[in-house]
Amino acid sequence: MKMGRFLLTAAFAALASAAAAEVKVGMITTLSGGGAGLGIDVRDGFLLAIQQSGRSDIELVVEDDQQKPEIAVQLADKMIQSDKVDLMTGIIWSNLAMAVVPSVTAQEMFYLSPNAGPSALAGAGCSPFYFNVAWQNDALHEAAGAYANGAGYGNAFILAPNYPAGKDALTGFKRTFTGKLAGEIYTELGQTDYAAEIAQIRASGADSVYFFLPGGMGISFLKQYADSGVGLPLVGPAFSFDQNILQAVGDAALGVVNTSQWSKDLDNEANKAFVASFQEAYGRLPSLYASQGFDTANLMLSALAKAEPSDKAAFQAALEAADFASTRGKFAFGPNHHPVQDVYARKVVKEGDIYTNETIGTVLTDHGDSYAAECKM
Amino acid sequence: MMSLVLLAEQVLNGLQFGVMLFLMAAGLTLIFGVMGLINLAHGSLYMLGAFAAASVAAATGSFTLALLAALAAAAVAGVIVELLIIRRLYDRDHLDQVLATFALILIFSEGTRWAFGSFPLYLDIPPALSGPVSLPGGIDYPLYRLVLIGAGLLIALGLDLMITRTRIGIRIRAGENDREMTAALGIDISRLYTLIFALGAALAGLAGALVGAIQSVQVGMGEPVLILAFVVIVIGGIGSIRGALLGALLVGLTDTLGGVFLPEALKLVTDPASAKAVGASLASMAIYILMGAILIWRPTGLFGGRA
Repeated sequence: MKMGRFLLTAAFAALASAAAAEVKVGMITTLSGGGAGLGIDVRDGFLLAIQQSGRSDIELVVEDDQQKPEIAVQLADKMIQSDKVDLMTGIIWSNLAMAVVPSVTAQEMFYLSPNAGPSALAGAGCSPFYFNVAWQNDALHEAAGAYANGAGYGNAFILAPNYPAGKDALTGFKRTFTGKLAGEIYTELGQTDYAAEIAQIRASGADSVYFFLPGGMGISFLKQYADSGVGLPLVGPAFSFDQNILQAVGDAALGVVNTSQWSKDLDNEANKAFVASFQEAYGRLPSLYASQGFDTANLMLSALAKAEPSDKAAFQAALEAADFASTRGKFAFGPNHHPVQDVYARKVVKEGDIYTNETIGTVLTDHGDSYAAECKM
Repeated sequence: MMSLVLLAEQVLNGLQFGVMLFLMAAGLTLIFGVMGLINLAHGSLYMLGAFAAASVAAATGSFTLALLAALAAAAVAGVIVELLIIRRLYDRDHLDQVLATFALILIFSEGTRWAFGSFPLYLDIPPALSGPVSLPGGIDYPLYRLVLIGAGLLIALGLDLMITRTRIGIRIRAGENDREMTAALGIDISRLYTLIFALGAALAGLAGALVGAIQSVQVGMGEPVLILAFVVIVIGGIGSIRGALLGALLVGLTDTLGGVFLPEALKLVTDPASAKAVGASLASMAIYILMGAILIWRPTGLFGGRA
């Protein structure tokens, strides 16, 4: 009897130490420069989910890529070779993701994308070790095209920066938009003055403007557009209307419709708890980037509860199950490890002194991406 | 497709971009010309001006006070930096200067992030200057940008008068020609240096505040402008205020008009899709091609002295 008890205790202890085996997560994200707000939100959302899980055996290694592909590549090498991380996440920008992700997954390291979803990684370039928890880049833009059709716009002027996500953006919009294009411009990445583009919009005879300008680019464009008096209706993806940008744009953004897979007023328990706890922990409202970081961590936690990352097949199956409570309500992966989810239309409103978004409807239901067929894993 | 109205509007856009570049380049060219110092941290002073203006505007609601705050904050920061760090660099070679002022960029950027956070700040155009005005010929153009053009040209005129007509201007020109001789004539050269540095810093800060009202006020906003400002002073001739003005206007017009008209022009010779792609790439190279061409023609820049 006594002996039996001893054995049982020993078995428990062995189990406990197996569970305490540390999991090291490498996060490469943008924490300095103009794009820092996005990376900080992803990081903070991710950390919040890990805290709430109560797991102390997860170590997060966070490094700043300064929004530079060459630095991201160096950091990835360092994390894999000297930090010996078990899985990786964090990259915001598609050009950085293209520089890092293919070589990471080629080494059979799991990579969970909390943001960038370039088309090249969704189709022929997909990998069993790559999961995108945010969206394939085209998704919100496809929703915007569908919204523009519904709103009766027939002649749109479209613009985006000249980098992989910008090209995905305009491709996505054109895939669903059935009207004519009054003009199509690729701007420089990081451009701050849009006077020349706004003059072209004014001269183009368009009836609406679709723009994808994430981060500070969107702030500059919106302020200058409002001041130009062009006044055509604007449609955009959520990236130019996230919680952190809106305060810097001010009234110029009011009433603009944007498409998003997440909004702070989505009515589900996971989201309500997330919004409240994020506000309490960080003293600001979460952005969609924060929700993506939070969902990415929860996906990872759900998989870690079932398998170790070293057990490749089991961990992959656990990730594919997407067995976690997403802030978006329902969430599933398509065959190429990209989300199948609803995309909503939101409108910028002012609540007291705070500019924020209000959901006005669902534009696309159970929306996958159009590259999945090319993906052979 | 390309109407005259659009052309006129784009010329105004190019001018506006040019005069703002001039405010940055004026300080840079004086500092480089008189003290022989390459100051990479000039963009940080631009950022500092924008942040000072945004915080004062948020606190007081006054754009005028915000501009004054930008001038003052950048000038004070300029004086402090000159006294503490830059002063030790005049006799060092350019590599040391570049390293030290690059370090200053990092310190300023992270310091600003520490003080203001990573999210962009709000700074808007004063209501009296917002919205478009109708110009003769049926051009609708934002009033604020017109005011920027006017203000920039006035400052350029003021600077030119200061350099050519005042005692301090004479000293600056003397310092440019021969530092040792100027000092030997009993002019307090170190005070002159501090003054020039503060003046350049204040102009950069003012530019940051003026431009911040139509762009996004965020950490790192100064560096892209800094690169263009260096192009401007190389084109204009180092040390020359007139050269900086002409160079800035050339760069502003080339950048704006090139971006709009090169893709259109290429459509005449190739299909629209590749015209767009090639045109956009050519347009971003245009100012550097301009710089190269001018340097071949005049190796010391348009208003540069003998090499």
